[in-house]
Amino acid sequence: MAIVKVERPKLSAGEKIYFGAILKGMVITLRHAFRSLAGKSTGAETLKSSGIGVTMQYPEQKWDDQMPEYYRGAPALVTDEQDRERCVSCQLCEFICPPKAIKITPGEIPSDDEWAKVEKRPKEFEIDMIRCIYCGMCEEVCPEQAIYLRPDYAITGTNRSEMVHDKKRLYEIGGKRVGLVNKWNELK
Amino acid sequence: MDLDLPFLIASLIKIGVFIGITMTFVSVCVIFERRFSAIIQDRVGPNRTMIPLSILGFKKDLALPIGGLTQPVADGLKFILKEDFTPSYVRKFFFWLAPALVVVPALLTMAVIPFGSPMEIGSEYIPLAVADLNVGPLFIFAIASLAVYGITLAGWASNSKYPFFGGVRSCAQMISYEIALGLSIIPVLMFFGGLNLGQIVDDQVANGWLLLPLWNEGGLIVTPGYWADPGEAIQRLLLLVPIVISFVIFTTSIFAETNRMPFDLPECETELVGGYHTEYSSMKFALFFMGEYAAMVVGSALIVTLFLGGWSIGFGIDQLLPTGAWWVSLLHLGVFLGKVTFFILFFILVRWTVPRFRYDQLMNLGWIVFFEAALINVFLAALVMAYPSLGLIGVLVGFALLLTVTILLIKIAKGATGKPSVTAV
Repeated sequence: MAIVKVERPKLSAGEKIYFGAILKGMVITLRHAFRSLAGKSTGAETLKSSGIGVTMQYPEQKWDDQMPEYYRGAPALVTDEQDRERCVSCQLCEFICPPKAIKITPGEIPSDDEWAKVEKRPKEFEIDMIRCIYCGMCEEVCPEQAIYLRPDYAITGTNRSEMVHDKKRLYEIGGKRVGLVNKWNELK
Repeated sequence: MDLDLPFLIASLIKIGVFIGITMTFVSVCVIFERRFSAIIQDRVGPNRTMIPLSILGFKKDLALPIGGLTQPVADGLKFILKEDFTPSYVRKFFFWLAPALVVVPALLTMAVIPFGSPMEIGSEYIPLAVADLNVGPLFIFAIASLAVYGITLAGWASNSKYPFFGGVRSCAQMISYEIALGLSIIPVLMFFGGLNLGQIVDDQVANGWLLLPLWNEGGLIVTPGYWADPGEAIQRLLLLVPIVISFVIFTTSIFAETNRMPFDLPECETELVGGYHTEYSSMKFALFFMGEYAAMVVGSALIVTLFLGGWSIGFGIDQLLPTGAWWVSLLHLGVFLGKVTFFILFFILVRWTVPRFRYDQLMNLGWIVFFEAALINVFLAALVMAYPSLGLIGVLVGFALLLTVTILLIKIAKGATGKPSVTAV
C-alpha cells in the first residue's frame, strides 16, 4: 500500500477565529429547536410525531397500524371456521419451548362430541408470558396450525399469576383463523 | 458596636429570599437543560412528571398540564432517596467536605449581586443585594475560585485514579481561566471607575448598558440630546470594541469556570469513568450538580450585571418609573431574572452546539489566546479612554506601539503552539 499523506486543511483567518463556526452551529441548533417546537422537524410526518420533535408519545399514540403481519408478539391459540379448537394437545410445543413457558394438560374428547374423532384437546393450556421469549418455535412445530404468534406486544400485569395466560385468554387473543388446512373436516 | 436590628432583619430576609431564588434557578436550570436540549435534538424531553397522590392513598395521580415542571422535584427526591454509599477506601473527612465546598462558594457569591433597584421602606433605601460591597467583582472572584478546592478535594479524597485525574484537570483549568476572567473585566472596571456592583448598574441605567450604549443622560441615540457632546458620544461608541472583546473573553471564561461544555474536561465518561464525582452517590453527587448550576446562575448574573445593565429595563424607561416604589423594585427583579434566564438558555444552547476542546487546546486557549488578548485589551481600552488627555497624536502613537506588541505576541504565541517536539518524549 502506498502511503497517502493527508494534509491538514489550510484555514483562512476567519475560520481560525472560530466564532463564525460557533454562530453557524448555534443557528442550526436554534433552527432545530424552533422547528421541533412547531412540530415541523424533518421526518416528523413520517414518524407520526406528537407535535414536538419527531417523538411519538407512547401510551397515547401507538404504532400498531404500522405493525407488520409477521410480527412475533404474544403466542395464542386459534379456532377454525367451525369454532373447533385446532389444538389436539400433542404437546410438541411444550417439549420444544426453549424457556419451558408452555404447560399443557391434555384431555380426551368424549365420544358423543361432534369432533370425537379428533380424540384429544387440551384441558388446560397455559403460557407463562414472563418466561416466553417470543421465538416462535411453538408456531413452527405445531402440526395442527393451532398456535400462532399474534402482534400483541403490551403484555403487562401487576403480579406473576396475571402474566400466565390460560386457555380462555389464549383463544381470546388468537380468535378465529380461516384459510388453514382443515384435515379433520369432511371434504365438501 | 450598636446592633442595627432593622438592618439585621432586612439582611436575613434578603439572604432567605435570594438563596431561595438561586435554588429555584438551579432547578429551573435542570428543567431547561433537559427540555431545551430535548427540543434541540427533536425530542420531547421529560413532560409528564405528576404529583404522585396515589402513594398517599388517593385514586389518581394529579397530572397538571405544566409540561413536566415538577421534574426537578422528582430528580431531587430520587437523589435524596438513593443509597448514600461511601466507599471504604476514601479519605472520609475530605470526601464529605468536598461537595459542600462546591456548593457554598457558589451560593456565597450571590451576596453581592444586586437583584433589583433599591426598595424604599420607611424612609430608608434598602439595596436589593445582601451585601452592597465596594469590591463586588473581586469578592466574587475570590470566593468563586474556592470551588476549585471542592472539585480537587473530591478527586483526591476519592482515593481512586480516575476521579483524581478529573480533579487535577479541573484544578488546572479553573486556575488558568481565572486569570483571563480577572483581566477581561479590567476595561469594564476602568470604564465605571469603581467596583461596587450596585453603582455599576446605576451607571448603566443612566448611560446605557455597557454592551448597548443606545442612550445616555441626554436621551436615546436617535435624539439630538445623545449627541450633545459629540466627542464623548463617539468615544463611548469606540469603547465598544474593547468591551465586546472583554465580553467574549469573560463569557467564555465563565463557561470554563463552571466546567460546562465546551470545557467540561473534568467530567468525562470515556476517559475518566465519570470524572471527579465517580465515587459519589446520592445527595453528595447531587450537590456537585447543584454547585455547577449555581455557579452557572451566578456567572449569568454577573455577566448581566456587568455588561447588560443588571436589573435595568433600559432605553430610558427606568427614569420614568418612581424610584423606590416596591412594585418598581419587583419589576426590576423580574427583569433581572428574565435576563439571567436568557443567559442560562444561552449556556444550554452553547452546550449542545459546540464540541468540546481537547485538553491542550483548552490550555492554549486559556494561556496563549485569552490571557494575551485580555492584556492587550486593557491597553486598548485605556487608549480609547485617554483620548481627551493624550490628544490624537498620543493615541495614534500608543496605538502603533500596541499593534507592534500585539504582532510580536502573536509571533511568540505561534511558536508556543507549534507542533510538539517528538524528541522531548
